[in-house]
Amino acid sequence: MTMEIFAFFVFAFIAIVASVIVIGQGNPMYSVMSLIGSFGALAGLYVLLDAPFTAVTQIIIYAGAIMVLFLFVVMLLNVPREEPLPPSPIVKILGPTGVKLGALLSALFAAEIVWALSRIGTGSFAEGQAESLSSVRNIGRALFTEHAFAFEATSVLILVAMVGAVVLARKEH
Amino acid sequence: MVPLNYYLVLSGILFAIGTTGVFLRRNLITVMLSIEIMLNAVNLTFVAVGRYIGTVDGQIITFFVMTVAAAEAAVGLAIVIALFRHRETLSPDAFTSLKW
Repeated sequence: MTMEIFAFFVFAFIAIVASVIVIGQGNPMYSVMSLIGSFGALAGLYVLLDAPFTAVTQIIIYAGAIMVLFLFVVMLLNVPREEPLPPSPIVKILGPTGVKLGALLSALFAAEIVWALSRIGTGSFAEGQAESLSSVRNIGRALFTEHAFAFEATSVLILVAMVGAVVLARKEH
Repeated sequence: MVPLNYYLVLSGILFAIGTTGVFLRRNLITVMLSIEIMLNAVNLTFVAVGRYIGTVDGQIITFFVMTVAAAEAAVGLAIVIALFRHRETLSPDAFTSLKW
């Protein structure tokens, strides 16, 4: 019980800190690396949620394939560091009052979310029956019977994406 | 078990971080990374709620979201490469015209 809560907070902390690093600094290389860490933490959360198949898919597809694609492009382009942001006309018009207004709206929105979450209770999970539910057998059965059309449509989508990527990235001459 | 609310709050925080990245960064690759953060936040919600109501559908849709994210990353990065060849920069402000 307490062990699970502890593991949840460790993974949540890693995920949030890594995501903040992704958007917080200018070097895309470090962003990609810390996003891989964030995905690893999310995979740990999936394991906590009794979804081992999704956790493995997360590691293989996201951290393995998609992030390698990003890394490859970052290295290929030799991306320059981000130039500092020029002051936008909106900030000039609104001034510090606009910033205060935005902070007020964000605080209101956060308070609203906290209020809504406190209304629905803690949302405890039903114990048991989960191991049999999220087995690879059940996922495969649902995928190939109920969701067979979506599955086939996905294969067409990937084919289109592959052809599109090759055509778009080709050198014109 | 960790309550469902914890997962929803974490997912909301991650989604907010991703949205902030999309708005604040001036680098197309970092913007796409922020979109990936948002997709993952939504995936976490799907899996947690699917576990909560006791169906396997949350994991199925997460599977589809991952596939679409892979397709999006492939096409998006190809577009980024093509744009970078023309302008030698990745700032979205440089790409305001449809044709040049």
